[in-house]
Amino acid sequence: MAMKGAIVVDRERCKGCGVCTANCPVQVVALTKEVNSKGYPMAYMAHPEACTGCTNCATVCPDSVITVYRVKV
Amino acid sequence: MDVNEIIKPENKVYGKSPVLTDTVMHYCPGCSHGTIHKLIAEVIEEMGIQEKTIGISPVGCAVFAYNYLHIDWQQAAHGRAPALATATKRLYPDKYVFTYQGDGDIAAIGTSETIHACNRGENIVVIFVNNAIYGMTGGQMSPLTLEGQVTATTPYGRRTDLNGYPLKITDLVAQLEGTCYVTRQSVQTAGAVRKAKKAVRKAFENSANGKGTSFIEVVSSCNSGWKLTPVAANKWMEENLFPFYPLGDLKDK
Repeated sequence: MAMKGAIVVDRERCKGCGVCTANCPVQVVALTKEVNSKGYPMAYMAHPEACTGCTNCATVCPDSVITVYRVKV
Repeated sequence: MDVNEIIKPENKVYGKSPVLTDTVMHYCPGCSHGTIHKLIAEVIEEMGIQEKTIGISPVGCAVFAYNYLHIDWQQAAHGRAPALATATKRLYPDKYVFTYQGDGDIAAIGTSETIHACNRGENIVVIFVNNAIYGMTGGQMSPLTLEGQVTATTPYGRRTDLNGYPLKITDLVAQLEGTCYVTRQSVQTAGAVRKAKKAVRKAFENSANGKGTSFIEVVSSCNSGWKLTPVAANKWMEENLFPFYPLGDLKDK
């Protein structure tokens, strides 16, 4: 059964460290070009259609800014 | 399927633990401390022991840990966390008491407290964050700095004839009768975080069962101290720290 996932990033708390992007097995998560009020780039879904909701990005996030949602399709 | 159809409360599979406060952590981007705080919070949440846990925060970057976890905390003088944890656990034997310490705290100024608390077999959990330098004060050499590693105080690399050898304190405490569980973990990948979380849970359970001291070393990165990006620091850690500080259980009885 296939899984479809999506993430929501708390943009103001994200520090743009990029550990999530390095841990995404399907290269969904990337960093934005724009920055938040602290000057950090933010994690976002560059390819939302490929997300499986595996929670790897959120598990390694040091600042707990990622919430993961998943449905069976 | 549209993203907005997926993002609904009933589909949520992972989010911030309620044991973590809403305070933004002061740690540098990509710091392992945040991940370790999170997995401790998740274990406390899963075990339902938020009201019964007392943390002892150290001197170092993690001195402000009390701002980030919704539990009772005490702040110890530099290196004295295991002594304070001993007193706390003996006064409140039904509480879960853990210390959270860095390598300078646990293996330099606090060596005596660490070794004696572990040797007495106090029913506490010691969480030891090893990033091989003094992170908070600007990246100076710590007892666990690798041979040849460049730091603020060893600009030409650590020399064993001048600075001595890296101190494997985890291997030392594994030899003591008082320790029941000694392990070395890391948190740079999702798999490693899940393993580390299991280790923390086991340590808290050992503490409740009165089995002795549980000692968890978490090999960590300090990207600002090492002058690397967060992702490059994790890679450097895998290539340089892991061969010298191999991951896995050293003792489990």
